[in-house]
Amino acid sequence: MAAELGIFSLILAFVLSLSQAFFGLAGAWRNKPAWMSVARPAVTGQFVFVAMAFACLVYCFVNDDFSVLYVARNSNSHLPLFYKVAALWGAHEGSLLLWIMILSIWSVAVAAFSRHLPVTFSSRVLGVMGLISGGFMLFTLWTSSPFLRLIPAASDGADLNPVLQDFALAIHPPMLYTGYVGFSVAFAFAIAAMLEGRLDQAWAKWTRPWTIFAWLFQTIGIALGSWWAYYELGWGGWGFWDPVENASGMPWLVGTALIHSLSVTEKRGIFKSWTLLLAIFAFSLSLVGTFLVRSGVLVSVHSFATDPTRGLYILAFLVLTIGGSLTLYAWRAPKLYAPGGFELFSREFFLLVNNVLLVGVAGLVLWGTLSPLVYELLGIGKISVGPPVFALMFLVPMLPLMVFLAIGMHSAWRRGKLTATARPLWWLLALAVALALAVQGLVFGKFHWVGLIGFSFGLWIIFSALLEPLRRLRQKQTLTAAVLGMCIAHFGVGMFAIGASGVESYKIEKDVALKPGGSYSIAGYDFKFVNAANVRGPNYDAVEALVDVTRDGRTVAILKPQKRHFWVQQTDNSHAAISVNWARDLFVAMGNPLGDDAWSMRIQYKPLVRYIWLGAMVMAIGGCVAATDRRYRVKVPAGAPQMAGAPPDADPKPGLA
Amino acid sequence: MWKFLLPFVAFVALVVLFAFGLNPKRDIHALPSPLIGKAAPQFTLSDVLDPSRTVSNASLKGQVYVLNVWGTWCGECRVEHPQLLAIAQTHVVPIIGLVYLDQRDKAAQWLEELGNPYQAVAFDSDGRTAINWGVYGAPETFLVDGKGRIIYKFISPMTQDVWDREFLPRIAAARRDGA
Repeated sequence: MAAELGIFSLILAFVLSLSQAFFGLAGAWRNKPAWMSVARPAVTGQFVFVAMAFACLVYCFVNDDFSVLYVARNSNSHLPLFYKVAALWGAHEGSLLLWIMILSIWSVAVAAFSRHLPVTFSSRVLGVMGLISGGFMLFTLWTSSPFLRLIPAASDGADLNPVLQDFALAIHPPMLYTGYVGFSVAFAFAIAAMLEGRLDQAWAKWTRPWTIFAWLFQTIGIALGSWWAYYELGWGGWGFWDPVENASGMPWLVGTALIHSLSVTEKRGIFKSWTLLLAIFAFSLSLVGTFLVRSGVLVSVHSFATDPTRGLYILAFLVLTIGGSLTLYAWRAPKLYAPGGFELFSREFFLLVNNVLLVGVAGLVLWGTLSPLVYELLGIGKISVGPPVFALMFLVPMLPLMVFLAIGMHSAWRRGKLTATARPLWWLLALAVALALAVQGLVFGKFHWVGLIGFSFGLWIIFSALLEPLRRLRQKQTLTAAVLGMCIAHFGVGMFAIGASGVESYKIEKDVALKPGGSYSIAGYDFKFVNAANVRGPNYDAVEALVDVTRDGRTVAILKPQKRHFWVQQTDNSHAAISVNWARDLFVAMGNPLGDDAWSMRIQYKPLVRYIWLGAMVMAIGGCVAATDRRYRVKVPAGAPQMAGAPPDADPKPGLA
Repeated sequence: MWKFLLPFVAFVALVVLFAFGLNPKRDIHALPSPLIGKAAPQFTLSDVLDPSRTVSNASLKGQVYVLNVWGTWCGECRVEHPQLLAIAQTHVVPIIGLVYLDQRDKAAQWLEELGNPYQAVAFDSDGRTAINWGVYGAPETFLVDGKGRIIYKFISPMTQDVWDREFLPRIAAARRDGA
């Protein structure tokens, strides 16, 4: 019954999303207030019915309703309750429903917080969001319903893929989708602005907090995915080249560029068409990612089961949304040109460099992801042409980005000179390099180029991010949330640089064969394999090794890695054990039994690896602080020039746009 | 203002690419190689799993063998791997691996994780052997006859169909001629 109720709710939600789109867009076009007033209630109704459909599917999972095909394929009666709920988004159909659920939450939020915007503008925003919701609902209903019945019902389910039975991965998709889908808000704002034919600084001010929120969720989502890959895939890497990973990376890069470009549009009223384009790109790349993951066009370690109809549908959807918005862009963007100059090494210049580099990296990633397909199209065959130089392609633009970041934070708007706060910057760079060298010599005892560059610039960015808050603190001045958030986020970038370069320079990974009683040493730590015992989990059996880690004879950690065998899917899964502290991770994962009680084990020493994810979390916190700045909450009449929070040297004529 | 049309034009190119990717008849195909019928280039390289051992195709003279070129950086190689394992199970012909432009520990881990269909895997760290063999990329699979000549080359992941249709008859013919 729940399944039928679910599909019925989804159909109603679909109809409501169409009316949201029609009355929102047509109402604004014909300027009919009565029509436009329908958009907001339609959003609420749509949300209620999507939530009901979602609740129905949760109900089916929690109650082990194996007469529902999707539940039978992705759950099992022995699965712990938490994973029964998380299994909902463990495969294609359910994750689409999650996508729709999140989109409708964003829609309701936009509807609730857009009452102070001009009515035609907010109607258009809601209309565009209705079109996107409708497109995804039709996709779900037509090709990918999670509510199909299985007759006769299965006696038990096929279980959730063991690799996905993990806390971080269970919450990874909702976070990531919240980010992906959140960019639809910036997209809708951009389309609405182009339809209105008017884009001023107020527009950038409305758009920016939404974009930052979407961006911060995506940051958390990507960090969770990386953390999961690190300990769950069992080999201790923190990121790797895979179409699905890339799919989430590209919108993030463009979204980061968008946040920065929006700040220029907000403060100076320039970069308008560029900001619009980035807003379109960020969401378009989210859609392209969806297409790549679900169409089977590219091979990925974790793509969904594929079906050509689905690929075709998403492609058609891409053509309508992206193609439509880019056509609109080509038509309307030329009219939005605003004059406004800036000097070399002004704030605008640094932000432009940031944009060019970030978009450049995103372009390289897109090329790297699609190049196998291009080679195939050109008739060279379905091959990879060489080991990816992507790490290099990624790092080369990132270096200037870090340098410009450290300096650019202290640049002035319009004029090409640094603020007084920036004076200590150069000796701080010297200090950072000296510290980096000292850490390399004294702690790691080995020189490494990547480490030197990463530590130096990472520390420099951290110092640079602290300058402004410290100065204000000393002079007892207040700091706006926007500036504080920026400093926090950039502090996180520095942490990330230190973590990533540290682990890449000084990690030690060894595959060893150990018998009970045997031991192996890396980086001064002695790993002793004490014994192995059989243990039982809720839905698996496992062999658990006891590994005693000592340093200079003192016990540092007792690690218990497991090799799990899941009953239903009959698959093995290595569950790593990790000892964590502020300076390093010690990582043990079990490989295969080698006979005679011996086991192959992967032992790793990962210095500073935590700072990769901590850095990402700090970036997200920074975003959260910045997005709650007072000037984003103050209700201003539409179109009024914005002075609140503007720097003292702001454009004397802010209404120029 | 043509420059505002550029994003749209780029997007059209992307759509063409995606439409091609979705084409169900999108086919894998063999490229002609100028090396077909010629003597296979000689190589003597270290064994990827045991650097102290060497792998050379000189020792295979008189045997029909398959040389499969791969790398851990190659996604399609992961796709064809189960097929190679299945082929190795039939013991029709020895499969020699050539892993190129790769890292030894990564390749070893790949084999441990996914299984090892190869009689031996030669480690071509700088890719020179692959260049000698006219390798475009990975995966590629060569068939070499008893006289040491390359008689067939297949680009793209191996499939059962390709194996049955293209490789097995040629292997049988090569053995007949060689006898």
